Amino acid sequence: MSTAVVDRPASSPWRIPAWAGPVAVLAIAYGVLPFLGGSYIFEAILTPFLALSLAAVGLNLLTGYAGQLSLGTAAFMAVGAFAAYNFNLRIHGLPLIVSIALAGFSAAAIGIAFGLPSLRLRGFYLAVSTLAAQFFVQWALTKFGWFSNNNPSGVIDAPALAIFGISFDGPVGRYLFALTIVVALTAFAYRLANTQTGHNFIAVRDNELAAKVIGVPVLKTKLLAFAISSFMIGVAGALWAFAYLRTVEPAGFNLDRSFEILFIIIIGGLASIRGAFFGAALIVVFPLILSRVGSFLLGGLFDSGVLDMSQRIVLGALIIVFLIAEPDGLVALWDRLTKGFLRSGEATRKS
Amino acid sequence: MFDFDYSFFLEVLVGGLLSGVMYSLVAIGFVLIYKTSGVLNFAQGAMLLFAALTFVSLVERGVPFPLAFIATFVVMAVLGMAIERVVLRPLVNKPPITLFMATLGLSYVIEGAAQLVWGTQVHGLDLGVDDTPFEVSGILISKFDLFAAAIAATMVAFLTAFFRYTRIGLAFRAVADDQFAAFAVGLRLPRIWAIVWTAAGAVALVAGLLWGARLGVQFSLSLVVLKALPVLVLGGFDSILGAIVGGLLIGASEKLAEVYIGPFFGGGIESWFAYVVALVFLLIRPAGLFGQKLVERA
Repeated sequence: MSTAVVDRPASSPWRIPAWAGPVAVLAIAYGVLPFLGGSYIFEAILTPFLALSLAAVGLNLLTGYAGQLSLGTAAFMAVGAFAAYNFNLRIHGLPLIVSIALAGFSAAAIGIAFGLPSLRLRGFYLAVSTLAAQFFVQWALTKFGWFSNNNPSGVIDAPALAIFGISFDGPVGRYLFALTIVVALTAFAYRLANTQTGHNFIAVRDNELAAKVIGVPVLKTKLLAFAISSFMIGVAGALWAFAYLRTVEPAGFNLDRSFEILFIIIIGGLASIRGAFFGAALIVVFPLILSRVGSFLLGGLFDSGVLDMSQRIVLGALIIVFLIAEPDGLVALWDRLTKGFLRSGEATRKS
Repeated sequence: MFDFDYSFFLEVLVGGLLSGVMYSLVAIGFVLIYKTSGVLNFAQGAMLLFAALTFVSLVERGVPFPLAFIATFVVMAVLGMAIERVVLRPLVNKPPITLFMATLGLSYVIEGAAQLVWGTQVHGLDLGVDDTPFEVSGILISKFDLFAAAIAATMVAFLTAFFRYTRIGLAFRAVADDQFAAFAVGLRLPRIWAIVWTAAGAVALVAGLLWGARLGVQFSLSLVVLKALPVLVLGGFDSILGAIVGGLLIGASEKLAEVYIGPFFGGGIESWFAYVVALVFLLIRPAGLFGQKLVERA
């Protein structure tokens, strides 16, 4: 926390306390945004942004911090969504928030099961084995009607969102519902990253043998990373289903979704909690911008097919560009930008 | 289950082995690149789609078959060199996982570009071999599968000879053995990587034509990469022999499981069964069948 301000003297009137940023963001998220704009902003941008951010925070704990590459993120989201649906449906009187928490634990259990290969496998071999989760979960959810309460096309509908009798209906309500859960879990992730467990994650990522030598329980740490990460991803899946889409089918959690989350953490910044939010913002907003810019430049030629393809191309190119030019992602760009801005502000004051 | 039908079993087994050859074809492209540059090239499936789509579109525009083949090969060579120059060279010495993610991005770019240029509709591809089964001592075998197997065998023989008897092949082996030593004795790594990617492009072209003739040339072609991954895991990422044996094993066990175990789960298990086979196997032997012991990368 102190590294951010270390290059500025403590007496400087320009010094910004470390807690100011998060507080400002929260103040805007709770105090300003709900009173702005129409429902479109909440339904199409903010709520999916929150759900994707949370999934990316979860994946970042596993991949960015603990160094275990997973290609099965969407599977754990699906587990979370369908588990929350079933807990809510089958246990009467269970508060929604408890259903969602239990869904997180279900995803964590599945995450541990598919994380077991990580005890013997590393790198690509592990990444490929997480694909097994992706295909198995999607198959099981489609194949067994029980999961979707025997809906013929495997679709689940979200229940009404309410906690302690307070209803969270409507676009703004759903946004606040998602926001509160995301804020709570993000705070937990921040805390975790700065505890011994978080440091163990990094130790395992950077050098497994060395970690073992200094007494980090490597196997336990890896499974814990899978569990915590899957928990968050599962809750994110439940939010995706309940707060954003309202109706979901298993095919909505396909491999492309897994890649999308992975792209978010690459673009945003590996091993950075903030990065997950930056990356998710870009992934949600950029298709909208691209379609506007495209139809402005090309007019009628820019149909949905072309949009789809150019989206793939730009997204893929973005990944490559970030990996080459800014491996630390948008977060590093942002830090450099704000630091430069503050320093130039200081310079103008002095002159 | 008690009166076991052996000829039916054999038929399923042979069909599985032959479809496994198709998986091996894709897997070989991965192995070429992994061996020489340590990159798991997720874009191999996209390259396969790109090659097949380019070829079909040329043929549909009236270009004769051999000319279209050569033209597509040239396109793939240019693509390979461009990838080396634009993507790989700036990422030299980065961790393998970073390179893998770069190829993930690359696969998006290639898939998007292929369909932006040539359109998204499904193209039929006729290689002049019909997919009719014929009977060998009571077992039905698809003519097309045999044709594919023959092509695969030819390609493997060609690659083996190339690796063993040519100077470039020798350079490939040197680089695969020890990159730094190869660099130290004066081999130009960027040029070798460009050639390897071209070779992988050629493999993608052959595999793309065979798969395209089977499934139709369309977006889902790039998804065969997902069929090749368990094969690679089983056979080891750096062994051509492993890719072949792995392909046969996966193909056979997948078909047998679908027929004999599938009904108990309500079918459709081929989407994940290969991965489970590969996983179980890996837990016993983490380096795969023929892979090098060292899997400490990443």
